[in-house]
Amino acid sequence: MKIVVCIKQVPDAKDVRLDPKTNTLAREGVASIMNPYDRHALEAGVCLKEQYGGTVTVLTMGPPQAEEVLRDAVACGADEAILVSDRAFAGADTWATTYTLAKAIEKLDGYDLVLCGKQAIDGDTAQVGPGLAQRLNIPYITYARKINECTREVIRLERMTDDGYDEVEMDLPALLTVVKEINEPRIPSLKGKMKAKKLQITTYTAADLKADPNCLGLKGSPTQVARVFSPEMRGDRSMITGTVAEQVEQLFEKLEDCLS
Amino acid sequence: MDYFLTEEQQMIVDVARQITDELIIPQRAELDEKEEFPHEILGAIAQADLFGLYVPEKYGGYGGGCFEIVLALEQFGRGCVGVATSYAASALGIYPVLLSGSEEMKDKYLPEIVSGTKRAAFALTEANAGSDASGIQTTAVLDGDEWVLNGTKQWITNGGEAQIYTVVAITDKSKGARGASMFVVEDTDPGFSYGPKEKKLGIRASATRELVFKDCRIPKDRLVGRKGMGFIMVMKTLDLSRPGIAALGVGLGQAALDEAVVYAKQRVQFGRPIISFQAVQHMLADMAIEVEASRALVYNAAKHIAAHPESMSKASSMCKVFATDMAMKVATDAVQVLAGYGYMREYPVEKMMRDAKILQIYEGTNQIQRNVIGQELNKEYTRNS
Amino acid sequence: MLRIDLDICIGCGVCEETCSFGAITLEDGEPRVDDSCNFCGACVDVCEVEAITIEREEKAARADLSEWSGVWVFAEFRNKRIAPVAFELLGAGRRLADQLGVSLSAVLMGSGLDGHAESLIGYGADTVYRVDHPALAHFTDDAYGNVLEDLVREHKPEIVLAGATAIGRSFIPRVATTVDAGLTADCTGLEIREEDGALLQTRPAFGGNIMATIICPHTRPQMATVRPMVMRPNEFDSDRQGEIIDVIPDANRLESRVRVLRSVMEEQDKVNITEADIVVAGGRGLENEKGFALLHELADLVGGAVAASRAAVDSGWVSYPHQVGQTGKTVCPKVYIACGISGAIQHVVGMQSSDTIIAINKDPDAPIFDVATCGVVGDIFEILPQLLEKLKARKGK
Repeated sequence: MKIVVCIKQVPDAKDVRLDPKTNTLAREGVASIMNPYDRHALEAGVCLKEQYGGTVTVLTMGPPQAEEVLRDAVACGADEAILVSDRAFAGADTWATTYTLAKAIEKLDGYDLVLCGKQAIDGDTAQVGPGLAQRLNIPYITYARKINECTREVIRLERMTDDGYDEVEMDLPALLTVVKEINEPRIPSLKGKMKAKKLQITTYTAADLKADPNCLGLKGSPTQVARVFSPEMRGDRSMITGTVAEQVEQLFEKLEDCLS
Repeated sequence: MDYFLTEEQQMIVDVARQITDELIIPQRAELDEKEEFPHEILGAIAQADLFGLYVPEKYGGYGGGCFEIVLALEQFGRGCVGVATSYAASALGIYPVLLSGSEEMKDKYLPEIVSGTKRAAFALTEANAGSDASGIQTTAVLDGDEWVLNGTKQWITNGGEAQIYTVVAITDKSKGARGASMFVVEDTDPGFSYGPKEKKLGIRASATRELVFKDCRIPKDRLVGRKGMGFIMVMKTLDLSRPGIAALGVGLGQAALDEAVVYAKQRVQFGRPIISFQAVQHMLADMAIEVEASRALVYNAAKHIAAHPESMSKASSMCKVFATDMAMKVATDAVQVLAGYGYMREYPVEKMMRDAKILQIYEGTNQIQRNVIGQELNKEYTRNS
Repeated sequence: MLRIDLDICIGCGVCEETCSFGAITLEDGEPRVDDSCNFCGACVDVCEVEAITIEREEKAARADLSEWSGVWVFAEFRNKRIAPVAFELLGAGRRLADQLGVSLSAVLMGSGLDGHAESLIGYGADTVYRVDHPALAHFTDDAYGNVLEDLVREHKPEIVLAGATAIGRSFIPRVATTVDAGLTADCTGLEIREEDGALLQTRPAFGGNIMATIICPHTRPQMATVRPMVMRPNEFDSDRQGEIIDVIPDANRLESRVRVLRSVMEEQDKVNITEADIVVAGGRGLENEKGFALLHELADLVGGAVAASRAAVDSGWVSYPHQVGQTGKTVCPKVYIACGISGAIQHVVGMQSSDTIIAINKDPDAPIFDVATCGVVGDIFEILPQLLEKLKARKGK
């Protein structure tokens, strides 16, 4: 089985903090990591490979330094890695991203299953998986939480819904986006790290993809950022002061108002 | 300090560190409290290829030696000596096969160790045979195509959790030290059972049980190496494995030092962080010196052993004594720095102090190690004079 | 392209400080821009000497934008009822439609829809496109996507809104891709720009640390998903009049490549935090599970639900369904009591529209006090037990 896993390099969210004085993101020392949901997608791909045989190809679109997450993925069990990178891709929204990723996947030597995380933690849009499947014209399932069975022809799985889950099946080739509940990602192995170190990473540029320049990057993006600003706080900061007993008394009165 | 590790050695450290930080440290208190065997963590260690660290490449391993396993054990020891012991005991258990086993035996068992599908244990100690191995009473008698084992082994690490046991038994009582042989017993062999799990002061994530052999019949080809070579194999096995125990001491000492320094920087008394008091500074400085000196000795002993397998004993014993005595002292001092908090289960140094004690006892007490060093000195100076 | 005129630039570095994406660095006093630039324009606004410009090579408008008119809401129908988010979207959609002077329509899909289209009209829809078909009984991306796509192509709405639910977030991106529309996920604010009627879609970005306003200048429809509990529904008006149009899709458009074998409802948490009037939430300051026990006691006494910040959920003190914030749920109760929550923006975006916010925290500088209507600086473990005593006494009366 040929499995493709799409991954993204993102800033580590737990390190991102807003500097209260300047109202900008304090990004000093913020590490770049593999999007956590993508790590679960990768694990799902590697588990399927171990169970049913085949190969796992990881693919990322990003600047040259995104190569790091590809090596990380190979250390965790992926076989091949492709970096989709070109200045022309910069500023892409999800529409232009899915266009570019689809072009890259179509350039591969066939595929049976495409795996994505449910969303990236920097954008939180959850749009790339469904959009990519549509462009590849393959069926897809979002929020996959458990793979029950996978043959060369069909995959059966559980999809999370807002109030439970659906058991569904679809024919391959197909695309899945996965949630955290699907598995526990492994720690990179020694042999994997050694392989990752030596691995030759293939880079696809806009020219390699024979892509329409009008569909790439900022120019190909239907959405534009009109303004960026710090969230506003309502901040009337009315504070209850006094001894603990006085504070509790006032708090209690306030609550009583609300409760009655 | 920079020990100028090669790129691959650094990778071993990185993988072991990640397992320690992400899996072992978050679970260690609970494993200790519940005396629970760390199946899941050992599975992750196998998946990360570290069970194959010391196994030759032709059996699917990494092909490393004493130094490589020391690097991994130092990290695991930093997290939890109980978990690390379960890992180390499996290496100890399979070393006789690795050192003296037939090609068929290696083909059968080593790949299972590498993949983590099976674990090993080493069975030497008995009620009357600890430091003095000549008191062994377990016997093995050849009956047609089978060996028949009878006897009881005591305090066997990984007992009941391992599938492959290397067992020392007497095959000819009249020959003394030359009368012991090494066998492989599998968990499913008839006549083989376990005693209850022991309750221990420390390393409570590891399992320790009696092994009971009652007319336990095993095929003839489970004899490891030649008949009568049992004790020599035991000595070689322990010489090879002791730097690993020393590495656990280094890891534990480092962890205790880390906890003590972090606490001393935070804890405020008399209006100042206690690290600003010289009494505390000097304790921390001594701890740091001892940890680093131990590390340097252990690393070099391990490299020496890998390069000179014919003369392992002294280096192996020296690093084991030094690093494990250090671990006990540094862990005790760390509890002292944390004082009341250090004595409470809420902080990890209490467990470190309990765990450190076993390092001075198992795989040959530190007193026995000093005997070995003394005897080696005697031999060396006799030769040279 | 972000262009910096180095002849004008004075190398003050304000752009570097302002850039939320770390895309600008000063080298030898000259700003350089790397690939992480998102073209947000923040640096353009702050540059005092106006040295920075964004040159957009504009894509030719695909079609005459004026052909597209009207505001649409996708009304999710699941488990025999319309999802409440549909009514919230009708509230927001009504406001947008009135400002634009156009009509508001709802698209209702499913099986066995009798009697439901009317309620959409009561909540503000002028027109309901009703697609009632057994093939739509279970949600599938293919069938739902095809039907909505065909309706959009036929009727050309300028705005399409949908709930950011499991269903909305699954099939709306597909529709946006097929009709080449821009789509903004998880909007918290929707406005019409006065001068040209463009939809200003505001959403938290970068884990909620900044807010971004997104526009779709050259494509239609302008599509957005909105999280449940963010918008407010209008009062239900049973006298409102509207038109219900039954749509019969082509059979081949209802085929799905995904087959739903079984749909399972799992037991919901005892209290759904999004529906509670009083939410009692705890964070890192509660220190451990025992701290959360106090919170559960408080919730029982005031008849509220227990919620938590991500820090508390990550620490394992309480399960994920209780998480409020960017990566959890959005809540809008009458009273939100935040105990030991510092108020990181990721949390605040999930609760800031609560009517009353009471915050208890030992750090007087905690940002939670910036959104609180009433703040108490103090030790949770002193205040909560005393408050519980008082509440118990009150209950006793």
